[in-house]
Amino acid sequence: MAWRTPRGRAGLVFLGFVAGLALLGPALLPDPFRQFDLLELASTPPSAEHPFGTDQLSRDVLSRVVSGARISLSVAALAVTLSLTLGAAVGLVAGYWGGAVDAALMRLVDGALAVPRLFLLLLVLAVPERVPLIILILIIGTTGWFTTSRLVRAETLRLREESFVRAAEALGASRRRIIFRHLLVNTAGPLLVAATLGVGDVILLEAGLSFLGLGVQPPAPSWGGMIMDARPVLEAAPWVGIFPGIAITLTVLATNLVGDALRDALDPRGA
Amino acid sequence: MRHWLLRRTLQAALTLAVAVVLLFLLTHLLPGDPLAREGAGRPLTSVQREALQARYGLDRPLLEQLGTFVGGLARGDLGVSIEYGRPVVGLLAERLPATALLGGTVLVLNFTVGLWLGVRQAVRKGSAEDRWLTTLSLAGYATPSFWLGLVLAGIVGVRWHLLPPAGMRDPLIAGGTLAAAADVLRHLVLPALTLSLVSIAGTMRYQRNAMLETLRLPYIVTARAKGLSERQVIWRHGWRNALFPVLTLFGLWLPILVSGSVFVETVFAWPGLGSLAAAAVNGRDYPLLMGASVLVATIVIVASLLSDVAYAFLDPRVRLS
Repeated sequence: MAWRTPRGRAGLVFLGFVAGLALLGPALLPDPFRQFDLLELASTPPSAEHPFGTDQLSRDVLSRVVSGARISLSVAALAVTLSLTLGAAVGLVAGYWGGAVDAALMRLVDGALAVPRLFLLLLVLAVPERVPLIILILIIGTTGWFTTSRLVRAETLRLREESFVRAAEALGASRRRIIFRHLLVNTAGPLLVAATLGVGDVILLEAGLSFLGLGVQPPAPSWGGMIMDARPVLEAAPWVGIFPGIAITLTVLATNLVGDALRDALDPRGA
Repeated sequence: MRHWLLRRTLQAALTLAVAVVLLFLLTHLLPGDPLAREGAGRPLTSVQREALQARYGLDRPLLEQLGTFVGGLARGDLGVSIEYGRPVVGLLAERLPATALLGGTVLVLNFTVGLWLGVRQAVRKGSAEDRWLTTLSLAGYATPSFWLGLVLAGIVGVRWHLLPPAGMRDPLIAGGTLAAAADVLRHLVLPALTLSLVSIAGTMRYQRNAMLETLRLPYIVTARAKGLSERQVIWRHGWRNALFPVLTLFGLWLPILVSGSVFVETVFAWPGLGSLAAAAVNGRDYPLLMGASVLVATIVIVASLLSDVAYAFLDPRVRLS
């Protein structure tokens, strides 16, 4: 669907490229932890041997950027899957049951949305000493479902009044069947758009957290962490910090282009 | 109208209450030992641990702790910062003006330049300019603010010496108030530019879409048929009506700006709430971090209330329904 517009195509192609690199790159490139010059441990500018140069610990920047893609993309994909599942569940329950359940859930969502997601994450992540990657993913995922639940609730409210849902109810379809076969399936489009845009958001968020030292823990190479590490040498060795930033920007831009193209394809009114 | 205003205000108060309880539970129920760092690398003895728990009230039942917290909040008491050893409220009040200046400048930029670009895009829909502006603004939106800040500070600030790369005031500047204001302004350029570049896509896009909706309406056709100049049609007739929906989103941009300011203020050493929050994270200063979060939530809720009320006053359709 996103293939229809040139911008959507460009985004898809680039995302495919990044995903391919994340999968295959580490096998083709030098070890991201290998220190090439143990005597000097100095960063060297881009060269034929190290196209993105080496960092101040003499590690290959290109290898680290590619390994970072693996981490960033898997964190984003898993966290967004969790957010969408939670958001869809809450939205369906609130929209279909209505009444007090709906009111309580939506007031909860209102309150949660008043605190920017970053501050929620700062509060949670500041407590423990080190956060394992899987816990980081769980935490990012559980702070991202609020807007999704609103979206799914609104769709559910709209669909509940549609004649095909009324007809299913009149035919005696079970609640479960209505929710899964009629409501959930018909919110798939908006959910897909939200998922794509959510991936971009989470990549930026994870990079920011890692930049503040709260996200992916070193020595694991993450894009945000690499920029944090590059900060003291940004003047002398700009390539150490420039390339991870470009990687973030292009990847997030690609997901947003795909998300936009999907939205336009699914909802021609907004185009 | 009065009824609606009352209901909307009560709703905002309820939202704030939920947010405060949520923040409290988040910090008090999650696993993780808030006293883990108090021993400066060494494990705490049980006597020390009990003394610290008593000092922070962590030995009381959860509900009582919540009561104490809310009670303090009502009196404007957010506790004492661990890092600075001073009341949190005073620290926040000190840092608020710098963030208000930065955030206000960015809002003004986004709501002037961003709206103007959005209208241009809508008028030239589908043109090369429209497409490029969309891609460029999306690229800005995709750029990590801390990275863009570092790059701009490195190039414009350090390499070219055009603008100061960090801080808000030059302590060596001589002269009166005017010289001091000019100095702050020079320090403001790079952080404001960074934050605006990464956030302007939102305003542009909403203005573009709202303007496209409006330009489709029959009264625009009428205005054209009357022989009005294109400029009058677009700005006097079209834009006036396409502006309101964009203004209501004011409340929506604040969380984005506040989050962005954490990074931008950190990179530019801008002495605002954002860099204070980042410092609180590094110092594991929970009272301070909690206070900052409560303040941010309050600002977001009040701003969204105000923009709703402003909308109701501006648009009679909302007022009457």
